[in-house]
Amino acid sequence: MNVAMPGHTTVKSDPVPANFGKPVIEARDLDLTFQTGDGPVHALSKINLTVRQGEFVSFIGPSGCGKTTLLRVIADLEQPTGGAISVNGLSPEAARKARAYGYVFQAPALYPWRTIGKNIALPLEVMGFSAAERQTRIRDNLALVDLAGFENKFPWQLSGGMQQRASIARALSFDPDMLLMDEPFGALDEIVRDHLNEQLLKLWAKTQKTVVFVTHSIPEAVFLSTKIVVMSPRPGRIHEVIDCDLGTDRPLEIRETPEFLAIAARVRDGLRAGHSYD
Amino acid sequence: MTAVTAPRRRLTEGRAVPVATMVLAILVIWYACTIWLNARWQLQVFDRAGQADWTIWQFVAGTFAQDRPVLPAPHQVLVELWNSVAMQDVTSRRSLVYHAWITLSATLLGFVMGTVLGIALAVLIVHNRAVDRSLMPWLIASQTIPILAIAPMIVVVLASIGLTGLVPKSLISTYLSFFPVVVGMVKGFRSPDALQLDLMRTYHSSRGQVFGKLRWPSAMPYLFTSMKVGVAASLVGAIVGELPTGAAGGLGSRLLAGSYYGQTTQIWAALFMAAALSATLIFVIGLVERIVLKRMGVRP
Ligand SMILES: Nc1ncnc2c1ncn2[C@@H]1O[C@H](COP(=O)(O)OP(=O)(O)OP(=O)(O)O)[C@@H](O)[C@H]1O
Ligand SMILES: [Mg+2]
Repeated sequence: MNVAMPGHTTVKSDPVPANFGKPVIEARDLDLTFQTGDGPVHALSKINLTVRQGEFVSFIGPSGCGKTTLLRVIADLEQPTGGAISVNGLSPEAARKARAYGYVFQAPALYPWRTIGKNIALPLEVMGFSAAERQTRIRDNLALVDLAGFENKFPWQLSGGMQQRASIARALSFDPDMLLMDEPFGALDEIVRDHLNEQLLKLWAKTQKTVVFVTHSIPEAVFLSTKIVVMSPRPGRIHEVIDCDLGTDRPLEIRETPEFLAIAARVRDGLRAGHSYD
Repeated sequence: MTAVTAPRRRLTEGRAVPVATMVLAILVIWYACTIWLNARWQLQVFDRAGQADWTIWQFVAGTFAQDRPVLPAPHQVLVELWNSVAMQDVTSRRSLVYHAWITLSATLLGFVMGTVLGIALAVLIVHNRAVDRSLMPWLIASQTIPILAIAPMIVVVLASIGLTGLVPKSLISTYLSFFPVVVGMVKGFRSPDALQLDLMRTYHSSRGQVFGKLRWPSAMPYLFTSMKVGVAASLVGAIVGELPTGAAGGLGSRLLAGSYYGQTTQIWAALFMAAALSATLIFVIGLVERIVLKRMGVRP
C-alpha cells in the first residue's frame, strides 16, 4: 500500500497504479439526464472512471456538478440514461442486491424511533444476522466510531457529529467491501471533522476497504484520498483525475508539508479551470 | 423535588383558570337560555293556575323546575344523571350505565373492526397502485352517503337474515370508523422520506421489511390521531344504529324514548353520558399513544 506511485500523477482518463487491486467500479461513457418539469437536466456526461480495490477516491467539484448523482448511480439508487457501469463486475443492481457497499448519506438518516444500537442493527436485521452476532457488531462498531456507551440513547440525544458517526457505524456494521460516502462530514465543525478524517483514514488503512467519498473541501480530499476526481458542472463531467500519493500513514500535520500543498494547489487549479468552462 | 414539580403545578394552575371561566360562562348562557326557552310554558302554567301576581323569582324558579322543559336546566340534568347512574342497579333498564354499556360494547367491537379494516385497506393502497386508483374514489363516495339514511336499511336487512343486537350496530360503527383510519394510515405509511427509503434500498430489503421496519413505525403518530377520530365516529355509529331498533336498549334507544315521551331531561342526560363516553375513549387512546410514543423515543 505504501509503495511509491509511478511518476505520472495527472492522467486525464484512468491512471493504472500497480499497487491497487482489481477494478471494482468501472464507468464507460456514463450519461444521466433527469427529465424535470422545466426541461431535461444533464446531470452526468461522458463519465469514464475506474476505481480499484482498496483505493480511496474523492469526488470534488462545485455544487450541482453531479457528485451525488454519480455516487447514487454506483449505488443503484439512480438509473443512468447512457453508457455502461459495472460494480464488482456486476450491474449496479446486482451489486446492490449482493450488498456490496455501505452508503453514508449527507444527513445521518437515523431512524428516530430506534436507539443508536438498534439503528446500527438495522442492516443486520434486514440481512438476517443472529441476535448474538448483532450484539457484538453493535458493540464493536460503536467503539470504532468512539460512541461506546451510547447504545441505548435515541438519536435526538446525540449531537450532529455523533449522529453522523453513528451512521458511519451503521454502514460499517455488515462489513461491506466498499463504502460510498456522500459529504459525510459536510455539516460538522473543523475540529470534529479533522478528528473524523483521521479515524476514517485509520479505518481505511486497517480494513483495506474501497472508499468513494464526496466532498467540497480541498484539504479533506487531499488528506484522505489516493485519487481525487475533479468534476465540473453543466453538464456534470470529470474535469481531471489527480493522483494523491501521500502514503497510508498521514498525520494531520501532513497538511503543512509542501507535497500536500502542491497537490491541494493542483486540485484548486483544476476546480477553477472546470468552473471557467461556463 | 420541589424545584421539579413546581413548574408543573404552575402549569395546571395556568390551565385551571381559563377552563373554570369557560365552564362558568357556559353555565350562565345555559341558565339564560333555560329561562328564555321555557318562558312560554311557564306563562301558561301561571295562566292556568289563575295566578296573576307572580314575582320574577317565582317565574325564574318555575322555568328551572319544569317536568318536560324545552331546555332543562343544568342542575336538572345533573339530578337526572345522578338518579339514573348512581341510584339504579346497573343491570336495571332504568340505569344509564346499563344503556351506556350496551352502546360501548357495540362501539368497541365496531371500532376494532373499523381500525383493522382501515389499516388493511391502507396497506393495500400503499402497496398497489391499481388498488390506490380504483379503491380510493369508492371509499370517499362511501362516506358521502348520509349514515342516517342507510343505518335503518342495514339494521332491517341484517335482521331479515337473523342478525340482530350487537352486530348490526357494530357494522355501522365500522362503516363510520374505518375511513379516518384509512386516510390517516395511507398518509402515515407514505410519510417516510426519500432518504429513509433509499437507506432500506441499499440493504436490498424486501417490501415486508420496508413495511415492518420503516413504514409501520413511521405511521404510529398517524394511527393514534386517526383512531381518536375513528372512535368518536364509532360511538356516533353505534348510537345511530340503536335508533331504528328502538326498545333494544343503549344510549340511542334512550334518546329515542326520551323524545317520544317529551322527556328532555332524559335526552340531555343520555347526551352527556355519550359525551363522557367519547371523551373517556379518546383519553384512553391518548394514554396508549403517550406510552407507545415514549417507548419509541419521541422527544419529550
Ligand atoms: N432527482 C432529480 N431530479 C431532477 N434533477 C436532479 C435530481 N437529482 C439531481 N438533479 C440535478 O442534477 C444536478 C446534479 O445534482 P447533484 O445532486 O448530483 O449535485 P452535487 O454535485 O451532489 O451537488 P452538491 O455539492 O450541492 O451536493 C443538479 O443540477 C440537480 O439539480
Ligand atoms: Mg450532493
